[in-house]
Amino acid sequence: MQELSVRHLLGIKDITPQDIQLIFETADNFKDVLNRPIKKVPSLRDITIANVFFENSTRTRLSFELAEKRLSADVINFSSSGSSVKKGETLLDTVNNILAMKVDMIVMRHSSPGAPHFLSKHIPANIVNAGDGTHEHPTQALLDSFSIRERLGEVAGKKVVIIGDILHSRVALSNIFALQKQGAEVMVCGPITLLPKYIQQLGVKVETNVRKALEWCDVANVLRIQLERQQMKYFPSLREYTLYYGIDKKMLDSLNKEIVLMHPGPINRGVELSSDAADSHHSIILNQVENGVAIRMAVLYLLAQRG
Amino acid sequence: MQKRLIVNHQLLEIMVMRLCHQLIENHGDFSDSVILGLQPRGKYVAQRIQRTLASILGKQVPTGLLDTTFHRDDFRRRDTPIAANATKIDFLVEGKKVILVDDVLYTGRSVRAALDAMIAYGRPASVELLVLVDRLYTRHLPIQPTYVGRQVNSLLSQRVLVEWKEQQAEEDAIWLVTKTDE
Repeated sequence: MQELSVRHLLGIKDITPQDIQLIFETADNFKDVLNRPIKKVPSLRDITIANVFFENSTRTRLSFELAEKRLSADVINFSSSGSSVKKGETLLDTVNNILAMKVDMIVMRHSSPGAPHFLSKHIPANIVNAGDGTHEHPTQALLDSFSIRERLGEVAGKKVVIIGDILHSRVALSNIFALQKQGAEVMVCGPITLLPKYIQQLGVKVETNVRKALEWCDVANVLRIQLERQQMKYFPSLREYTLYYGIDKKMLDSLNKEIVLMHPGPINRGVELSSDAADSHHSIILNQVENGVAIRMAVLYLLAQRG
Repeated sequence: MQKRLIVNHQLLEIMVMRLCHQLIENHGDFSDSVILGLQPRGKYVAQRIQRTLASILGKQVPTGLLDTTFHRDDFRRRDTPIAANATKIDFLVEGKKVILVDDVLYTGRSVRAALDAMIAYGRPASVELLVLVDRLYTRHLPIQPTYVGRQVNSLLSQRVLVEWKEQQAEEDAIWLVTKTDE
């Protein structure tokens, strides 16, 4: 298998374990490229990619843009602020106008779940979902697993707990799919109000005590509280959340084993993670960011190959 | 499919030995020289050359592996995509005399991609090309080898196959393979 089974990367749900393996093997080679004196290959020099961001982003957008440039693609950037979206243009019209300028691939972030799926049915370009509302964020889940594989050798058989605002997290859902497809055990942990009601049906364990969750796991992926998506109060105060669900170095050191600590960013220091935990030797947060570029290069390269 | 043996294992050993002596003529004690095997199949040739040189000179010549996948000019133009292989170069190419090593020289496109890929590791003092088999009159680009094991006249529909024991082949050998309509 040297080709992806899909033309678009809309979500981890749609891809096979073999696809994930292929992406990882390709990313290994791109990681090597990124450590050379000249960090650029000419593979995508005849491809134009539009980064279409209808929602704020720093890391993901920079990471995609860097990946595209390292592959020698031509890049155009679009963000909804200051665009005709504010003047009432529909999503399909906006994207079709971009495509009329001969663009081959679209990297899109949108606040509505399913927006990239809708587009994929109507336009000929390859689409990469860079986050659709509270639904999926496939490249984040891929780089998370890739980082676990790098630190622990393999993902299969590992116990991973995702802690925090599961209800509003696209990172959580994509991670659950990705980890399960690779044979890892997944647990979610958070206040009961921030856990989706039927989450057990995905085959994950549920825990509300963060200490018990940490004692169970090999890897803890800690999420941010997404206040901007919360339309009602799910817990009394951030201070109370920190008191019950915040993780600090003392807690990590008191476990009778080494665990790996991850965070997709942006971190709210002092809320879900204390500074000494985020900067401790347990943490692979900056490795995740580094691996993000290699993973995105692999995804873009393999999708371009499909045409 | 018909397979015709063109070089058997004894001849191949002599051939590698001769190529190594030709290398020594030009590179002396290899103090500024490095070997780069082109992935995937040049790897075995490079390893064999390194081992043979070690038996003559008593020293290991720095040998790396270069993958050209991301530098090829047929991306999106091939029917079957090729998978990337590892690049392993744990030395600087800058200022070195580089010997690129592959098994078969055919259109010359892999070598062009290899030159491109190698430049990403620095500016070499000079670059030479060593191949076991040079297929005559098949080049798409103006690329010629510096050291040749054997020149072979072949049809475009034929394929030259180099097999090594390291790849679980029975014996080291070079074959000319003709596809037949079955």
